[in-house]
Amino acid sequence: MGEVKQIRTLKEIPREELFAPGHRLCAGCGIPQLVRLVLKAVPGPKVVVNATGCLEVATTIFPYTSWGVPWVHIAFENAAAVASGIEAAFKVLERKYGYKRPKVIVFAGDGGTFDIGFQALSGALERGHDMIYICYDNEAYMNTGIQRSGATPKGAHTTTSPAGKVIPGKLERKKNLIEIAVAHGIRYAATMNPAYPVDMYNKIAKAASVQGPTVLHYFSPCPTGWYFDPSRSIEVARLAVQTRIWPLYEYEDGKYRITVPVKEPKPIEEYFKLQGRFRHLLEPENRWLLEEIKREVEENWNRLLRLAQQS
Amino acid sequence: MSEAAFAPRSWRDLPLGNVIPLPMTSLSYKTGNWRALRPVLHKEKCIKCLLCWVHCPEPAIHRHEDDSVSINYDFCKGCGICANVCPVHAIEMVMEG
Amino acid sequence: MRGRVVGLNGDRAVAYAVKQAKVDVISAYPITPQTIIVEALAEYVNNGELDAAFIPVESEHTALSAAVGASLAGARVFTATSSQGLALMWEILWIAAGLRTTIVMAIGNRALSPNINIHCSHDDAYAARETGWLQFFAENVQEAYDLTLMAFRISEDHRVLFPSIVNLDGFILTHSVERLSVLEDSDVDAFLPKKEPVNRIDPDRPMTYGALDLFDWYMEHKRAQFEALESTRPVIREVFEEYGELTGRKYTPVKAYNVDGADIVFVALGTAAGTLRHAARELAEQGKKLGVVSLTQYRPFPAEELRKILSEAAVVAVLDRSISFGSPAPQLFMDIATSMYYAKRRPLLFSVIYGLGGRDFTPQHVFELYKRAEEILRTGEPPATSIWVGLREG
Repeated sequence: MGEVKQIRTLKEIPREELFAPGHRLCAGCGIPQLVRLVLKAVPGPKVVVNATGCLEVATTIFPYTSWGVPWVHIAFENAAAVASGIEAAFKVLERKYGYKRPKVIVFAGDGGTFDIGFQALSGALERGHDMIYICYDNEAYMNTGIQRSGATPKGAHTTTSPAGKVIPGKLERKKNLIEIAVAHGIRYAATMNPAYPVDMYNKIAKAASVQGPTVLHYFSPCPTGWYFDPSRSIEVARLAVQTRIWPLYEYEDGKYRITVPVKEPKPIEEYFKLQGRFRHLLEPENRWLLEEIKREVEENWNRLLRLAQQS
Repeated sequence: MSEAAFAPRSWRDLPLGNVIPLPMTSLSYKTGNWRALRPVLHKEKCIKCLLCWVHCPEPAIHRHEDDSVSINYDFCKGCGICANVCPVHAIEMVMEG
Repeated sequence: MRGRVVGLNGDRAVAYAVKQAKVDVISAYPITPQTIIVEALAEYVNNGELDAAFIPVESEHTALSAAVGASLAGARVFTATSSQGLALMWEILWIAAGLRTTIVMAIGNRALSPNINIHCSHDDAYAARETGWLQFFAENVQEAYDLTLMAFRISEDHRVLFPSIVNLDGFILTHSVERLSVLEDSDVDAFLPKKEPVNRIDPDRPMTYGALDLFDWYMEHKRAQFEALESTRPVIREVFEEYGELTGRKYTPVKAYNVDGADIVFVALGTAAGTLRHAARELAEQGKKLGVVSLTQYRPFPAEELRKILSEAAVVAVLDRSISFGSPAPQLFMDIATSMYYAKRRPLLFSVIYGLGGRDFTPQHVFELYKRAEEILRTGEPPATSIWVGLREG
């Protein structure tokens, strides 16, 4: 992947917009920032497969569509399956009849990836289809009203893991998507965050250059579901990285690399106090949970450091 | 971006397979009326860093040939991200209306 | 008569037709009794006899989802399943039809759990009858082969553009070897040219497939789909006729045997029709007349044709190889009773449930039913509940 053009400044980002305004995503939503960059960073003809969720629902209310590329939505749990069929078909159609073969890009939320879409993703990765699978992770089933998913972080309040008097939010850990993807033997997987757009663009470009499945995991700030002022979306995103809660790293052909080092992490409390979904963790009675979370963040960071050193 | 018109009237003129047969028809749906706050750009302060352009979720910020920017009020929802990320505070959020 | 005679079981005959149809993509998951189709196709592909992508999917839900994607990309696509597999696909069946894919699916008809049973019932096919797919029933291996070829042609016709199901009785057809006449490859090529897709995924003409409808457009989309499905009828007839000219084997939506002047007529789908006709010939030797009707085309339902044929009968038994819990009658009976409601002359109708989970259906059963029908003819009072045939009554 050494020959993939990497950018250093925002000015190098292509101008053409293949995603139009007029969609109904919330003001301040983190998803369109991902979509716009992806459609600019992936060269050549493209087709998008979208699982049911915020992005799909808000951008394609008949007869309005925000998409400037072919876009397919079938159901909630099968984006990777539909993408597999499209990919396999175009390889054959290109060979047999000379059809132009587009790069297949999948957009799915954490619901459509970690939970209901998990099987389809695993199958697609195992079969090695040429696709970029991108999970926009707003850390809950946001489109149906903020219910917990396997990607909801420990301690978070959602409507199905409420911060109640007896149980203070979600007690289960967040699944690790990159590790799951890597375990399938794919060549490239990476985490992304909108506060680091150059890092994001370059990772998308690398993923696009791979002939085979790649997985990108995008931190998607959600003002509505995380309870913060929409204008602070990028602040929240940056803090997620700076507290080491959302490490920015990539896995490339067996090697791990932390792409945005965090030498002196900010305290997690700073990240939590900006968001209504975490504020209860700053109460004294929940201190045990806060400490558990901090331990796990540190363990995860050290694990990544070890993996990066070994690479 | 140019507007494309797709406006069926009854079940008889619906395209095959329930498709929306043209790209980017949402350009006909102006979300500018969602705003409570509107961003005002003070051009003289702008350093053309393009952060507001990258982060606008609509996108409602147009990037010109010389990398200066302008705001498309037809679509701006007033989220305030542009004002928040601008490193020189060239964008000010003011009450709408 | 063109073609050469071979001996194949139903599954292999279907696979052979799919190979000759030069499909582009096969996306299927194994389930008894369909497995031989999938295995045969994998063999063809890996031996270089069929230039297609064989996607070894991880479930039936993925099988159909991938097939939908492939069809939208413009490929000629095939899948196959049975019972539980079809049940798992159920969510996507509606979408495959509503988005106007041209997938051809073979179903080795098998009973639905519980209890788990791998043998023949028609519940799986019936469960798909409202989803918008065209549906055909094969009565023997020859028909399984013929209908598979015709299904591609019908589905991909620009006046149709709906997916098709070809049903073949699990084990009875899927695993039984019968003689059949297969066409030469060149004849199939002429009958089935390359698929010319409509509204395919094309980066040069970007479209949005599978948008969201609010309350302001859903009903219109459904009406458009409904009318489109109705207008496939003449195209099906056309293709049946063309195939008949090519092969000498004439297909019609409804098959009627010995119905002229028959007071008593029995209706069934699939292989039971053959049993009925065999029994009818034996009854004829005793001077008793039994008319036999079977449907090759099940969806769109050939109500018009059935009204013409059944109006002249006095008593009609509708045999269903299925059960519809809580319903006034099983599925085919409901289809026929509703159709006959609008006929000028209506025969007495009664429902028969037979053959569930592979329970054998024999000429002896037919003779028993015939006696029952004669009684109903005498009394003029058909039972309002189904008669179960071949059941251990204890």
